[in-house]
Amino acid sequence: MLEVTGLKKVYESTGREAVGDLSFQLDAGELACVVGPSGCGKTTLLRCVAGLLAPTAGTIRVAGVPVTGPPDNMAVVFQEYGRSLFPWMTVQQNVELPLKEKKLPKVRRAELVAESLAAVGLADVPRSYPWQLSGGMQQRVAIARALAYEPEVLLMDEPFAAVDAQTRGELEDLVLRIWQRLGTTTLFITHDIDEAIYLGQRVIVLSSSPTVVLEDVKVDLPPERDQLATRALPRFTELRGHVYAQIQRAKDTR
Amino acid sequence: MTVTERPGLGLRLLRLLGLPILLILAWWAFSVTSESFYVPTPPRVVQAFAETWFSPRLIDDALPSVARLLAGYALATVLGVGLGVPIGLSVRLRAAAEPVLEFFRAIPPPVLVPLIMLLAGIDNGMKILVIVSGCVWPILLNTVEGVRALDQVLSDTCRMYGVRGRSRLRHLVLRGASPQIMAGLRQALSVGIILMVISEMFASSSGLGFTIVLFQRGFAIPEMWSGILLLGLLGFGLSVIFRWMERRVLSWHWSHRA
Repeated sequence: MLEVTGLKKVYESTGREAVGDLSFQLDAGELACVVGPSGCGKTTLLRCVAGLLAPTAGTIRVAGVPVTGPPDNMAVVFQEYGRSLFPWMTVQQNVELPLKEKKLPKVRRAELVAESLAAVGLADVPRSYPWQLSGGMQQRVAIARALAYEPEVLLMDEPFAAVDAQTRGELEDLVLRIWQRLGTTTLFITHDIDEAIYLGQRVIVLSSSPTVVLEDVKVDLPPERDQLATRALPRFTELRGHVYAQIQRAKDTR
Repeated sequence: MTVTERPGLGLRLLRLLGLPILLILAWWAFSVTSESFYVPTPPRVVQAFAETWFSPRLIDDALPSVARLLAGYALATVLGVGLGVPIGLSVRLRAAAEPVLEFFRAIPPPVLVPLIMLLAGIDNGMKILVIVSGCVWPILLNTVEGVRALDQVLSDTCRMYGVRGRSRLRHLVLRGASPQIMAGLRQALSVGIILMVISEMFASSSGLGFTIVLFQRGFAIPEMWSGILLLGLLGFGLSVIFRWMERRVLSWHWSHRA
């Protein structure tokens, strides 16, 4: 569903090589997490995959179609929830705007907005403005907006980096629940190793810049995840230790 | 227990009117002790105000002034926002246009009056053109600045979700730049009032500026003061209306930042 082949990005202005030679792919319905040391070009990767940034070399294909600009069948949840929602629109209008651009009929739009807000547990605040909500709730709105868009591929760029730990756990479970229900191919970028292992079926470990894939770790944990039980499994600890060691190595070889 | 209560009506009125009353009293004291013919007492000015402005003069002189002001202001808004948006959006256009814009802005608009009189004559068109020539710069430059500073994440969000063209203009560009656009409009309003008066002081036969100069030349001093008072009230009224509009347009902005 998502193929990244030989991706390379050199920023022309500074000559800095952010991404070296990156290749991986996601099958339809997979949830994969990308982790790497800080400053390893995760955001560059995401912006290239999203079609917001043109790669220097390499190709990205979504459902077989090369990405040259933001694809229609892709949605993104950005880290900066406070800046990715329109402050002058209500929650409902925020979720509905992309659907209007898709030229969906009014009835269908209303359905999608209501369903997706219910799915993220925000059915009761459609008329609130984003700034009236807490950070976690704002990020839920952004997730609802992505869901309502009915994408085939969902990109999440460190979506929970800026929310508090408790909210974070809730939002992780929310993402898992929604993914299990809808089976949307999801690429989840994070700097948090625990989060990557907890959420992913696979964890793609990146090196530091210029970035390559260090290892593609299969997460062989039971599919039903639970904040307490899963994280207490010996296998979870093992995987975490393994990924942690990889990332340390990546930092040292810089 | 300390609960901040809303102060009583009396106290609020005192706060609101205290300083104006004090100033009027000071003026009164000054004008009574002064022998000067040019400093009439407040009651004399109020009397002149009633006699001068509760008359057809209000329609003959004040109304055309306000109409020209609003016409010029509206035209400047359309022009300023209309040009500011493309300039703000395009790096190249901005690089080419900005020095020129700064130059034009640096010219004090009143010096254009004689020039515009030569080019556009002395009728309404000239006066409106003068107002436009001064009002357009703060609006234009603030619009450019507002559009240039649009949030990158929000802009990326629009690209991802296919919000482009007119829809992008409406939902992202204009709304996102609206705090700066409003700041430009606010500056332009005071510039506009000044230019309204000045344009009428040259080669005019009606308007507030014309009337005030006429009174001054005829030594109708209380009447002249009443004209100045009317201008002050007009400016105050327009700014109250503006603030009310601004609060409606930018309600999200104030709450957002709070």
